Amino acid sequence: MSDSTERVTPALELSRIAKAFGAVIALTNGTLALNAGSIHALVGENGAGKSTLVKIIAGLYQRDGGDFRLSGETVDFTSTAQSKAAGIAVIYQEPTLFPDLSVTENIFMGRQPLRSFGRIDRARMHEEALGLFARLGVRIDPDRPTLGLSIADQQIIEIAKAISLDAQVLVMDEPTAALSGVEVERLFAVARSLRDEGRALLFISHRFDEVFDLCDTVTVMRDGAYISTSPIADTTVEEIVRQMVGRDVTTLFPKTEHPIGNDVLVVDALNQPGVFHDISFTVKAGEIVGLAGLVGAGRSEIARAVFGVDPYASGSVRINGKAIPRRNPAAAMNLGLALVPEDRRKQGLVLESSVARNATMAISGRLRKLGLLFSSTENAAARVWSSRLEVKTASLDTEAGTLSGGNQQKVVLAKWLATNPSILIIDEPTRGIDVGTKSEVHRLLSQLAGEGLGILMISSELPEVLGMADRVLVVHEGHITAEISRADATAESVMFAATHSIAPTTKEAGQ
Amino acid sequence: MVDIMGALAPATRTYKDYSQPLWRRLLLSREAAVIGALALVIIVSMISVKSFSKPITVTYLFLDIAPILLIALPMTLIIITGEIDLSVASIVGLSSVTLGVLHQGGMPIEGAAVVSLLVGAAAGALNGFLITVVGLPSLAVTIGTLALYRGLAVGLLGTKAVTEFTEFWTDLAKSKIPGTTIPSVVVLIVVLAIVFVVLLHFTKFGRGIYAIGLSPETARFSGIRVERTKFILFVIAGLISALAGIYYTLRFSSARGDNAAGLELSVIAAVMIGGVSIFGGRGTLVGPLAGAVLIGVLASALRLANVTSDVINIITGALLVASVVGTSFLAWARKSRSRPGGKKPEPLTGAKS
Amino acid sequence: MTTVTAPESRIARTVRAIVTARETGILLALIIVVLAATIKNPTFLFSSDGFRDLLLTPSILLLVAIGQAVVIITRNVDLSVGSTLGLTAYLTGRLFIDVPGIPIVAVFLIGIVFGGLLGLINGALVAFAKVPSLVITLGTMYAFRGINVLWAGSDRINSSDMPKDFLALGTQSVLFIPVLTIIAIVVLVVAAWFLRNKRAGRELYAIGSDPDAANLYGLKVTNRLLGAFILCGALAGLAGVLWAARYGTVNSQAGTGFELQAVGAAVIGGVAIFGGSGSLWGAAIGAYLLFTINRALPILGVQDFWQRAVVGVLIIGAIVLDRLLAQRQARKLVEARDSNG
Repeated sequence: MSDSTERVTPALELSRIAKAFGAVIALTNGTLALNAGSIHALVGENGAGKSTLVKIIAGLYQRDGGDFRLSGETVDFTSTAQSKAAGIAVIYQEPTLFPDLSVTENIFMGRQPLRSFGRIDRARMHEEALGLFARLGVRIDPDRPTLGLSIADQQIIEIAKAISLDAQVLVMDEPTAALSGVEVERLFAVARSLRDEGRALLFISHRFDEVFDLCDTVTVMRDGAYISTSPIADTTVEEIVRQMVGRDVTTLFPKTEHPIGNDVLVVDALNQPGVFHDISFTVKAGEIVGLAGLVGAGRSEIARAVFGVDPYASGSVRINGKAIPRRNPAAAMNLGLALVPEDRRKQGLVLESSVARNATMAISGRLRKLGLLFSSTENAAARVWSSRLEVKTASLDTEAGTLSGGNQQKVVLAKWLATNPSILIIDEPTRGIDVGTKSEVHRLLSQLAGEGLGILMISSELPEVLGMADRVLVVHEGHITAEISRADATAESVMFAATHSIAPTTKEAGQ
Repeated sequence: MVDIMGALAPATRTYKDYSQPLWRRLLLSREAAVIGALALVIIVSMISVKSFSKPITVTYLFLDIAPILLIALPMTLIIITGEIDLSVASIVGLSSVTLGVLHQGGMPIEGAAVVSLLVGAAAGALNGFLITVVGLPSLAVTIGTLALYRGLAVGLLGTKAVTEFTEFWTDLAKSKIPGTTIPSVVVLIVVLAIVFVVLLHFTKFGRGIYAIGLSPETARFSGIRVERTKFILFVIAGLISALAGIYYTLRFSSARGDNAAGLELSVIAAVMIGGVSIFGGRGTLVGPLAGAVLIGVLASALRLANVTSDVINIITGALLVASVVGTSFLAWARKSRSRPGGKKPEPLTGAKS
Repeated sequence: MTTVTAPESRIARTVRAIVTARETGILLALIIVVLAATIKNPTFLFSSDGFRDLLLTPSILLLVAIGQAVVIITRNVDLSVGSTLGLTAYLTGRLFIDVPGIPIVAVFLIGIVFGGLLGLINGALVAFAKVPSLVITLGTMYAFRGINVLWAGSDRINSSDMPKDFLALGTQSVLFIPVLTIIAIVVLVVAAWFLRNKRAGRELYAIGSDPDAANLYGLKVTNRLLGAFILCGALAGLAGVLWAARYGTVNSQAGTGFELQAVGAAVIGGVAIFGGSGSLWGAAIGAYLLFTINRALPILGVQDFWQRAVVGVLIIGAIVLDRLLAQRQARKLVEARDSNG
């Protein structure tokens, strides 16, 4: 029909948004047209600029250039309060609620209904909260403190907040990352009802099955720029992946074949109630084992427990036959274990410290002369490792926080490779890194495996797992649900294991 | 063994060690500012206050601020890790009372002093236990132990004071380095200061202290034993506070339950003025030592100029506020300069691009 | 998902909340202490002076503790309240001396406003300069006390300097309850009502619970913080005026150490040191508990020299208890989550 002649004003429209942070260019062309009564997906690799775009919509950042229109009117938010007042609600992966206060108070803080003498009308607040939850089709006790609520429930509360503010635009940034299957269904039902009310929803996610299940339109971004928008019905996963990545997936990862040696890491029946159960696996010298699964499946928790940062209730970890005592990262390091953590900025680096200090942080013990550490020795070591990993920085005393994501990751790698490990656990090796550095890291990992290093690679990016790993272990809600060899590993087989529990054989379905 | 190096690219890049030349790094530091202020105050005092330039001024200056200088050493380390210890003055009092009671009961000073030191270490260990094992916030814990230890001190002696001490030791406490007017206790301070400087700037333990202050999580992920480090620091603080208490008692020949009441505030003021950030992770030992001397010089000068001694409190308070506000302002200026274009792009949530 | 267990009846839930509340616990402790001391020595409670003093003396600390609790709820602390109290007490005396015939009401007002101004200084530095309140109020505590000593010198205000009506306030009772206690209770009721029923009051809790979330939410954090510190200072000012009425003599050391007692009272009363929770009622009972224990110790055979030690143990005990309870709750939640899948 004549859709092309009738242009409905989008509820939210961004065109050619540009944003840079000093020398780091986050966005060159952020473009998005979000219509009312639609659930619109925004996809792109890490570093594509999605997060920056969301923060501009939320009013956290201000754009350097481009247009930002809300229902046709140009807007310029200088604070999150302004964007909220304009009817935009953003629901983040990690909700920010007030833990000590009740659910009801969280929803209505600052706008509580009043009665005589300016007193807060608690009865009415309670009623309204119940009404909101009824509308959303969920059951949450409005009087309980939000402390201890599951992430899924906290998100629902954030959505309730948004509705009570009558938000017309809701942005959901990776909302399903920490949710179980049932919780995801509940969230989707809520999203659909909001859409049917005429609101506009923006859904950012890495999970294509969810995107295709929930959304009607999809916009792809790559390297800070807009690539395409298409109705979901008119496109496929392969097409989207191709647009996201910009080239064929298979040529990305230079994996070479080389001999695999003995067991280096043996994890046996690791158990931590509420986090992971009965985890057993091995990693051999020269092997790259991929640990796949949805975000929130428990992979990072397993890695942290193996390394010793987190506790575990039972089970054992052995490196080259020697047992590592629990909760003792120093001992694990001495036995040859290294962990490049998931959160580079908060766990991998001391951002306000220099490159030299960061690079030598794990080997200070070895750099001592007569028991003392000297900057000159540290700088010498840092120079060697930074140079061989090709870290781009002007001087060794530059603050690590000012480096780009890719260079930061190289510093973390330098730090851990300097400890001369026999087994490296690396959690999300290329998250938030530019494409060029990404392939450098992959090449490095491959070469390290070639020299006999055992690598356990945790990754949420399927192409990365499929391209790099000799074996893929899949984790779902704290259990290992599959072990797939390189030959048998496909996107389908991995995703299936990542989204399904083991069929109940010994476990009785008595719940 | 894995040949890690074999997998890496050849070393082709060069780096400068430092982005700024040494003189710039030294001169533009907070420590230089404090030392500069100290020099200024000394010069002004020498000119405007009559009796200031007498050699004996130095004697009383250091005799007075010795406890502050001593305790500022471990306090600096504790604050760099992001904690605080408000109970130090109470430990001074407790060790003073222990010394007095034991000596009065017949024990020779040497033995009583050892016991006092152990008591101080034990007090620090209790602080450390509550903070690192039970996991309580140091502000709340040390407010409680401030009351507890002071209470024990007062409880042990009541309103009495022990004033009989072996002359040898009390003379030693007040003695001067031969040929100068500098008190001997300064030797002790210098030795300890050197130990602490080495500890903080030249050991793995010291690197760990800074890491803990700037990013406790990363420290943990790097194999640094966060809890053990903090525990040790609190024990050391207790030990040094007890040492200060022994000195204080011998210098005044008086062990009283309320000795050194309020000292913790002078120590913290000196540390803050010296540029150590209350948020942790930043600072050196030179600053606090200079800060303590600065406060002492001001106090001496004003006292000699016949200004009432409590103007000093006003000035210390104002200095403290000004220095902290100044540090905060500089930090804000630094952050906004390195990020042009307005808003700080701090990830408030877990959302990653 | 969080399980919704079979909902308890409203009544059952209310009863359980009351029984497990911290306020109930310390109220019980207070009653036990009073009982124990009275059994040992009936005049503790049952003499006209005994009863009056039990209610009267803590009233001044009560005012300071209320203000301190409000500040602590926002995740701050005000260590300068003792100095503010002292300064205002001296100011009160001086007003009576230097302005003969000044109405008592005017003195009260000036004292409160003066305290509020001092609180404003603290609040402005904390809210605008974003400097931790611990350090700021450490500095102002020094500075204010110094000004006090400078001003007073070695002078002392004596009771003969102040009007009899004013001093009578300090010792009079209405229906067996001292006037000062009535003032303190009225302030407590109003403040507690405000904190519970007004938006601004609830926002204080939000700010203390998660300052970043409060900013993200768009709450007027600066205004609220300023308000909290002004209130704290004003109450310390009022306490200073009442101090002069109660004791008649004021020297430059009035109120020394009050700040830590006020923090102690709040912490014992269940106000979390990291903010976001706790009630003024708890802080009030905490203030009474502290003072009463001090009173009761000599009667129970413990020399009153050990008072401070007891206070220290109470404070540590309170925060250890808080921590253990929090850990137990967290463990329960994890077990509940795990049993669901």
